[in-house]
Amino acid sequence: MQIEFTLNGRLIYEETSDDETLFHLLRRKGCYSVKCGCETENCGLCTVLVNGVSRLSCSYLAARADGCDVVTLEGAQKEAEEFGSFLAAEGAEQCGFCSPGLIMNVLAMEKELDSYEEENVKEYLAGNLCRCSGYMGQLRAVKSYLSRGENRNEC
Amino acid sequence: MNVKMRTVNTSVQKKDAKALVTGKPVFTDDLAPGDCLIVKVLRSPHAHALIGQIDTEKANKVDGIVCILTYQDVPNKRFTMAGQTYPEPSPYDRLILDQRMRFVGDAAAIVAGETEEAVDHAMRLIKVDYEVLEPVLDFRKAKDHKVLIHPEDNWESLCPVGADNRRNLCACGGEEHGDVNELLEQCDYVVEQVYHTKANQQAMMETFRAYSYLDAYGRLNMVASTQVTFHVRRILAHALDIPKSRIRVIKPRIGGGFGAKQTVVAEVYPAIVTMKTGRAAKIIYSRYESQIASSPRHEMEIRVRVGADKNGILQAIDVYTLSNTGAYGEHGPTTVGLSGHKSIPLYRTPRAFRFAYDVVYTNCMSAGAYRGYGATQGIFAVESAINELAEKIGMDKVKIRELNMVREGDIMPAYYGETLNSCALDRCMARAKEMMEWDRKYPSVDMGNGKVRGVGVAMAMQGSAISGVDVASVELRLNDDGFYTLMIGASDMGTGCDTTLAQVASDCLECDLDQIVVHGTDTDVSPYDSGSYASSTMYLTGMAVVKACGEMRDKILDKGAEYLSCEKDTLEFDGSRVWQPAGGLEISLKDIGNKVMCSNNNMLSAGASHTSPVSPPPFMVGMAEVEVDKETGEAELIDYVAVVDCGTTINPNLARIQTEGGLAQGIGMALYEDITYTDKGQMIQNSFMQYKLPSRLDVGNIRVEFESSYEPTGPFGAKSIGEIVINTPSPAIADAIASAVGARVRELPITAEKVYREIK
Amino acid sequence: MIRFKNYVRAESLEEAYNLNQKKSSVIGAGMMWLKVQNRIKMTLVDLSGLGLDGVEETEEEFVIGAMCTLRQLEIHKGLDGYFPGLFKECTRSIVGVQFRNGATVGGSIFGRFGFSDILTCMLALDTYVELYKGGIIPLEEFCSQKYNRDILVRIRIKKDGRRAFYASSRMTKTDFPLIACCVSATDDTYYVSVGARPAKAELAVISRREREDVEELAALAADHFRYGTNFRGSAEYRKHLAAVYVKRLFMVLDREEG
Repeated sequence: MQIEFTLNGRLIYEETSDDETLFHLLRRKGCYSVKCGCETENCGLCTVLVNGVSRLSCSYLAARADGCDVVTLEGAQKEAEEFGSFLAAEGAEQCGFCSPGLIMNVLAMEKELDSYEEENVKEYLAGNLCRCSGYMGQLRAVKSYLSRGENRNEC
Repeated sequence: MNVKMRTVNTSVQKKDAKALVTGKPVFTDDLAPGDCLIVKVLRSPHAHALIGQIDTEKANKVDGIVCILTYQDVPNKRFTMAGQTYPEPSPYDRLILDQRMRFVGDAAAIVAGETEEAVDHAMRLIKVDYEVLEPVLDFRKAKDHKVLIHPEDNWESLCPVGADNRRNLCACGGEEHGDVNELLEQCDYVVEQVYHTKANQQAMMETFRAYSYLDAYGRLNMVASTQVTFHVRRILAHALDIPKSRIRVIKPRIGGGFGAKQTVVAEVYPAIVTMKTGRAAKIIYSRYESQIASSPRHEMEIRVRVGADKNGILQAIDVYTLSNTGAYGEHGPTTVGLSGHKSIPLYRTPRAFRFAYDVVYTNCMSAGAYRGYGATQGIFAVESAINELAEKIGMDKVKIRELNMVREGDIMPAYYGETLNSCALDRCMARAKEMMEWDRKYPSVDMGNGKVRGVGVAMAMQGSAISGVDVASVELRLNDDGFYTLMIGASDMGTGCDTTLAQVASDCLECDLDQIVVHGTDTDVSPYDSGSYASSTMYLTGMAVVKACGEMRDKILDKGAEYLSCEKDTLEFDGSRVWQPAGGLEISLKDIGNKVMCSNNNMLSAGASHTSPVSPPPFMVGMAEVEVDKETGEAELIDYVAVVDCGTTINPNLARIQTEGGLAQGIGMALYEDITYTDKGQMIQNSFMQYKLPSRLDVGNIRVEFESSYEPTGPFGAKSIGEIVINTPSPAIADAIASAVGARVRELPITAEKVYREIK
Repeated sequence: MIRFKNYVRAESLEEAYNLNQKKSSVIGAGMMWLKVQNRIKMTLVDLSGLGLDGVEETEEEFVIGAMCTLRQLEIHKGLDGYFPGLFKECTRSIVGVQFRNGATVGGSIFGRFGFSDILTCMLALDTYVELYKGGIIPLEEFCSQKYNRDILVRIRIKKDGRRAFYASSRMTKTDFPLIACCVSATDDTYYVSVGARPAKAELAVISRREREDVEELAALAADHFRYGTNFRGSAEYRKHLAAVYVKRLFMVLDREEG
């Protein structure tokens, strides 16, 4: 079947099989930042934004993306670099395999949450597993990212 | 060479950080050619069976199927998938495909086709006749069982590790120093207990994967997510029965390893497909396969006897370990050793010790290497026993350790007689005690709401490289404009060794980090390195870097003397120029780099290997604070404090992340991650739905500090950090729970139900 | 992973219903549970074009579309206003935000899964299921029905004045529940729903006056259910947990009443 959707700001017409997942389609289209860490929707590595909402692309039918706005890390390079610099400053990217999914969800969280209290942040990101970092470095990075600019007025 | 630290001991960012955080295609599957054949393995549904007929006729007719291989199509030459230095201690007990199935998930056939759909379809059409045999699933009954897992005649053990396939023994052995029984009889207090740890999965986010193709020279090129690039080359040569010269192995960025990728779990399958078809071929393990057919931690049951006199001074320790290597013997003979060698030497006082072990084959998934490598299991047992002993004596658990812990300068009879040149364990304990406010909280605080908080403690050690075995090599080149290329054979698996080794080089060469270009592992290019395992990378490869840099500096001075037409011993090299303090002559490194590109007979290249006769242990202390619900047994980790002595921290940020990450894995092992089998031998925790990695809500608050000693045999005083960090959570958390509610759980993971039963 | 030949985004419930009468068809909701199943189907029917993806609040009830996601349920202000904290508590432990952005209320309820937090929660409320052909029936009745090929359209939760609280025990914070409990109260009655036993949630309705002591009353409630053993926990332990958590929920309700 034919679908039409916006991928990272570009309108795409794409032939997809009826049961293809968005994950497969995105990798097929060269969005290699999108990773798969499980088949059971537990790891969060395949997180992308569909109409601004963080979704697990491994369980999202490509057919359902018809008419949607899809953003992967390839389409959020500026944000990735910005948040990524906080992650790298902690050394918390480690192997980097879970970073793209985490960053996509951090971007969604930044838009959605009113309060960035630690418990809210941890709960929002609980669906992003990481086996390298023990999460503490990621948390330090997220905190400093979210509070960036807070001290700007001081100087 | 006397250089001061400029980038060493600073938290520079990883060289690959930007590529990783912006999601660049740098991992195995991102790089695989689009026309790769898709390779999958048809897996045995039976724990123990013999294959009769395999009917592949229908499957072969599926559109897009290119090749289906069975046991009749592979070399009948046994090998091991363990990534270890040759001759491997692990027995040669594998074929690429075997007629005998030894666990649920064992490889019955290899299917390769143009698309995943075609391969999946073909797999459903293959008919395998299995003669189902009685499995051996209980590792306590495996030794001398009437059912043999490896009855085959061409099974072979290359090293004297006490292996005997006619007894289901992968290894056995032991040692005794002093008279343990006699001393224990004289003790005022003795604890004898049995502890049980499970076959935890490393569960790195990137599953096992590899692709292969033939290059312009007709050689097999293998791109693999591996920690042991050079061992992959040798193992493929053995498995495929072809010369090593026909194989090249390349490691791209890898998505975590933790020891899992120290076993060649997946590489043989695409390799044989490429050899048979001439086509590029790739295999990507599903999480399901990574759970059921991979290389997890060895399940161990450890009996500890430990005794003390009336003052709490330890007199003797007796450790017996039964280790379950599963269907194959990868890392079986070696992991077990650490269960004694990295636990008993934590204490200086015992006048006698005994350590004995058996490693048995069963029809469970084969085990392998997982961070800690047997030390984790042994330390859970011994540290738990020490805590139980303290309870028996009525002594504070920190106090008993202060009285008995190993100290700098000690000779360690249970650690190959090595002398301890660097040890800050006492300082680690003192600092951890402060951070935890131990004296205020020990042993427990009743919160008055049905919950009790308890604190627990454990110590740990590991090694730094395998003494007298591991070899690390690096090559260093000076290029035009005066930048360097550092070629290493160690595998950066996300830990950052490409960066930390460059930090060492940059200080040795007195240049900016950007002046060092690091080339990751490629067996055609990199010098030989046994690989990134056994806590060896910084300690061993770091020293090879130091050596190579020394040689390079010498060669730069030679060139400087030649170009400046003066005596070498009048010259100095300060990182950016060769100059003559007395005469004022000088030439910049940039000019030297450019000049050697023209009319030159001496390449500015330096290479060095390093091996170590000793394996200096890093040390650490871990303290846990938990809150236990008295009614339900539910335990929540509140706080985890760790103080580590890894010698000099080359990169404090990366050392901290290593520690936090290892602790989180250890917390998973302690509280959440279970591996169980049905009575038919099917592994139950076969997905992330059932195998529960800790999420960020499950690790409490982790606080890490360093108390550095200085290891004279390591680069800039460094020891290792990668493995030790996983060892303390299990005993410390178990102890905190016992302190809180008196429930001593000796089998991991410590679930709420187990705690509840002990409270009851 | 599930495979199918045809994806059909239904234009009407009638079309969806007709397509779903074939055994080779399946309704695709959040695709969370469906995707991991190894099944081959001819047609997947998608209800996402039918405007069933929201929560509507009226004077008498909340009307929740079958395609409403668990995340919408979690953060809906009206639901949280009427049942303070309840829907947040019964959703927040389900895997992660991304998962809950996909999983649907309809999928959770229609599946009648043993592990369902949502079913456990809603069963303790005055909840009705609106089926395309079967009409509006109480959730409890729906739970005891056999699976059929009807289509779940909406969930209706009556504003009957019940107050309710939810609790679960999990091995990790985002695991399936080891036990899931929801208790609601009217003046003289407790509605006690216990799920993940590991069988699907069931309801016990007990008089608040049946026992004086809250512990005894909770034990009585826990006795209403049968418990089973799996690798997450034994029947005995689950029963114990049910009694403890139901007791605690009773106490919360009593405290709220002051």
